[in-house]
Amino acid sequence: MTEQDKQIVRELQKGLPLVSRPFKAIASKLGMSEEKLIGRIKQFVEDGRIRRFGAVVRHQDLGYVANAMVVWDVPEHRIQEVGSVMASFEEVTHCYQRPRHPGWPYNLYTMVHGRNREECIQAAQRIARATRLEQYRLLFSTAELKKSSMCYFEEKEFVECRKNTPDP
Amino acid sequence: MPVQREKGIVVMQFDALDKKLLNMIQSNFPLVPEPYRELGNALGITEEEVIARLQSLMESGVIRRLGGVFDSRKLGYSGTLCAMNVPDERIRAVAGVVNSFDEVTHNYLREDYFNMWFTVLAPTVSRLGEILDEIRELTGIQEILTLPSENVFKIRVNFDLD
Repeated sequence: MTEQDKQIVRELQKGLPLVSRPFKAIASKLGMSEEKLIGRIKQFVEDGRIRRFGAVVRHQDLGYVANAMVVWDVPEHRIQEVGSVMASFEEVTHCYQRPRHPGWPYNLYTMVHGRNREECIQAAQRIARATRLEQYRLLFSTAELKKSSMCYFEEKEFVECRKNTPDP
Repeated sequence: MPVQREKGIVVMQFDALDKKLLNMIQSNFPLVPEPYRELGNALGITEEEVIARLQSLMESGVIRRLGGVFDSRKLGYSGTLCAMNVPDERIRAVAGVVNSFDEVTHNYLREDYFNMWFTVLAPTVSRLGEILDEIRELTGIQEILTLPSENVFKIRVNFDLD
């Protein structure tokens, strides 16, 4: 990451301005051309530094009110196969492998979203059948204590970024 | 207005165009000089109307942010999911400590022995370790499960509204 790349990240996480030429507005702040900025953003999307460019939507507002973290105990040799099957489920929004700990044997984590608890439970049962797994548990969230956007490369300027990315 | 809040309940009130617009901009936001005009052309409305609708969706909180969603590891950051067992009567105080770190981005209570689940994201591995040490020291809770992702099978962050 060059210093200019970091500046681009800082600007993009403040949010795209709602003006006719938003990239030009950012580019002129950074002393670069609109064309070069757009090219750089496309490059970030291509190399994966930007996972997605667009709107971050509060999905709780869109009817998906229940979510469960479902943790699974998967034999090591089946991780790839099971991970792919779980990822193919529409209800699964995230699927990660994580390390086991003593007394906590779970190594695969899925976030399951539904319109209510029952939908989450049924989705977990369908996933369990499809993967022939029996060792799992559902952890329903009961409260969101914090949800914020990370401010990258902003160690000295947290305030400015936070102001523009309010916690819901 | 797309959203009405009554007695704390959120009622969905998008019109069909808001839905189309939201679906389009969650993953296919145009990377062109005049993106709002291009969205308007696709929807058959003016650039001004696109901007006005986005403004209203932001003010009502449906859109949290418009911009880039970054891959923290590809930017050089280190992060991990953490889990703690916090006695019920200490949840407020412990959450106060945990949430006080800007590097803690999410924190949820869940129904299980490990009931507090939070994510930490820091520019270096050593800073990440420091934060966890400080949380242990300030809360007196020594056991924090650290669960960094070793393999990503899926991350989907957009929702189809239709």
